[in-house]
Amino acid sequence: MATSFFQARAPAKKKSGKEKENVVNPSLQPWVEKYRPETIDDVSSQEHIVSVLRKTLSSSNLPHMLFYGPPGTGKTSTILALARQLFGPDNFRSRVLELNASDERGISIVREKVKNFARQTPRAEAVASDGKKYPCPPYKIIILDEADSMTQDAQAALRRIMENYARITRFCLVCNYVTRIIEPLASRCSKFRFKPLDSSSARQRLEHIALAEKVPVNEDVISALVSTSSGDLRRAVTYLQSAARLSAATEPPSAILPQDIQEIAGVVPDAIIRKLAQTLGVDVTLIGGRDGDVEMGDAASLTVEPDLRGFDLIRETVRSLIREGYSASQVLSQWLKAHSQLHDVIVEHPTLTGRQKSACALVMAEADKALCDGADEELWILEVALRVHKAVTS
Amino acid sequence: MLWVDDYRPKTLDGLHYHVGLSQRLKSLAASGDFPHMLFYGPSGAGKKTRIAATLNELFGSGVERIDQRVFLTPSRKKLDVNVVQSNYHIELTPSEVGNYDRVVIQEIIKEIAQTQQVDVSAKHRFKVVVINEADSLSRDAQAALRRTMEKYMSNLRIILCANSTSRLIAPIKSRCLLIRVAAPNHEEMLTVLNHVAKRAGAGSLPEDRADEIISDANGNMRKAILVFEAMKMQSPDLSSSLAIAKPDWETYCYKVGDMIIQEQTPQRVMEVRTKLYELLSHCIPPTIILKTIADRVVQKVDESLKADIMHWAAIYENRMRIGNKKIYHLEAWVVKVMSLYKQFFLGIELGDFDDFI
Repeated sequence: MATSFFQARAPAKKKSGKEKENVVNPSLQPWVEKYRPETIDDVSSQEHIVSVLRKTLSSSNLPHMLFYGPPGTGKTSTILALARQLFGPDNFRSRVLELNASDERGISIVREKVKNFARQTPRAEAVASDGKKYPCPPYKIIILDEADSMTQDAQAALRRIMENYARITRFCLVCNYVTRIIEPLASRCSKFRFKPLDSSSARQRLEHIALAEKVPVNEDVISALVSTSSGDLRRAVTYLQSAARLSAATEPPSAILPQDIQEIAGVVPDAIIRKLAQTLGVDVTLIGGRDGDVEMGDAASLTVEPDLRGFDLIRETVRSLIREGYSASQVLSQWLKAHSQLHDVIVEHPTLTGRQKSACALVMAEADKALCDGADEELWILEVALRVHKAVTS
Repeated sequence: MLWVDDYRPKTLDGLHYHVGLSQRLKSLAASGDFPHMLFYGPSGAGKKTRIAATLNELFGSGVERIDQRVFLTPSRKKLDVNVVQSNYHIELTPSEVGNYDRVVIQEIIKEIAQTQQVDVSAKHRFKVVVINEADSLSRDAQAALRRTMEKYMSNLRIILCANSTSRLIAPIKSRCLLIRVAAPNHEEMLTVLNHVAKRAGAGSLPEDRADEIISDANGNMRKAILVFEAMKMQSPDLSSSLAIAKPDWETYCYKVGDMIIQEQTPQRVMEVRTKLYELLSHCIPPTIILKTIADRVVQKVDESLKADIMHWAAIYENRMRIGNKKIYHLEAWVVKVMSLYKQFFLGIELGDFDDFI
């Protein structure tokens, strides 16, 4: 339904005579847009929210809303689908104002644009051009997407506006971090928390898309998509599309493999993480998973001179890792993930004590903070490596 | 022109290494539905070269011109940004303007997104915006990219170029196709150097010289070619056993490292301070200074001290980022290293001292 959304807005910005040319070729569209849910019933995995919103469709009454949750869980899709179901394509443009972080949203915009839109009385209901009947309730919706990037002042300016025009305007704030929304705003809205997608509904949606696009995928690929995207459906769909593009472009079209997904997702191959762990003195042979011998071929890219020991060995390994271009945060997160996934094995690991594991976790937490502050990647990976080495060997 | 620029491959077929990657880029460019992309990898690995070659593959060669654009902040402050643009793409480095990068992103994206491609003969409907140094974009600027990247997909594709993905927010990463450009390995670099030697008519490059250049460059292709050219300038026959000239600042940093090891006194700290000031005033990035000195110091100290020295280097480098005055943290690290070294030699524990870290 994204197309109609595009078309609905396009004439406002472009010359109306060109409308016909503006129709986006659906095969060139990102699947994320193409398969955006058209109605709120299509929204995956957020049953609770959908059931609440469905009631508003029949009763035509809507509170102010605050959607929050991690990226790719369907927050923007839900509100767009709801608005479309409420107003239909004709009234959509006059009744819905969508502002996101790419629009200037300082206090002056809130004062002028939002306020002006909020105070307009909605026009009387027109007959929908596509023959369907829409509830078209007597209020407008203002969607503030990515509201957590609004300044405190701008949020404060919204407070009174929300109350004053509550009769004819509803606000919907969409954000990732509810803590960045000031308390007075949050208390004026009914909050909806979007949870990360569980793997079965993500799997279902991906299979649906793969089927519709006629992309041959097997179970392993879907599993790889679900695990690399960790509950972010948009990421999974983007990866699927990229993989499909790449496989379709080769001659003859090759099948999509789980490794392709990992490469697209920027995941550091298992073998390299294992090699690194081994260098640090963690006994990888005791960690389960796939057979180590077969995979060590991949790790050959981490070439280190064989006669190095201790500090120099670790430093050279880290340097070659950086040269391969893997990002530090990815290495860290996978490291942790590998630990947690293989938790049972590590707990029963004969040489790693609880104290050693906590020491490792501590230094990783510190490194994560430092990386967020923008610290140098090489120094911090080295730091983690050295301290893990110390903890493990002591 | 420098060899680096002169012999930079212009097409995807002309690239010497990561053949699989070039093949992918080529098929993507041919397929019509080109995604947003994020190129990441260490510097000198060939990210920009690949981006330029991809653009060439997409649109054919176009005329590029360099412009200076003026953006206005809401508070009427003027920002000058240098852009490289052709009919099909625009390339800019928003982090040039520091905290105002958000304004630049908002304006430029909207502008490109709202203009249609008028040239009927153009191969693609969309234009490409190349954003350099994407990892130093502020959070606001990254947030500004999010929804626009989806909304204006019909008119616009974004190519981000970054050293690492650590500093990019997750929503951006999930909207892009991630392309990792690893640094070339030894053989790959050798191929490129030989190719450049042949093209430049410099005769054959002796193997041991090539090895030296490659190990000095540490995976940075640009540096390798620059060093090669410099060497060629110094001795045209490439035969004399001329050492690779280290940059001045590097030798200077090494000197500082040696000074720290030689003597650990307040006087020495003052001497080091003047040297550090000298380096900073020559615009050497403080992180590089710290890393180079640390490298030198760990070469010379006992094995048991190395880990600690790197530990403190990491800590103080981080503080340097958060803090304002770089010199404080550099000096603090120097003093820390001196005290560690001295403790090690005298064999005493100055445990109380650690409270002041």
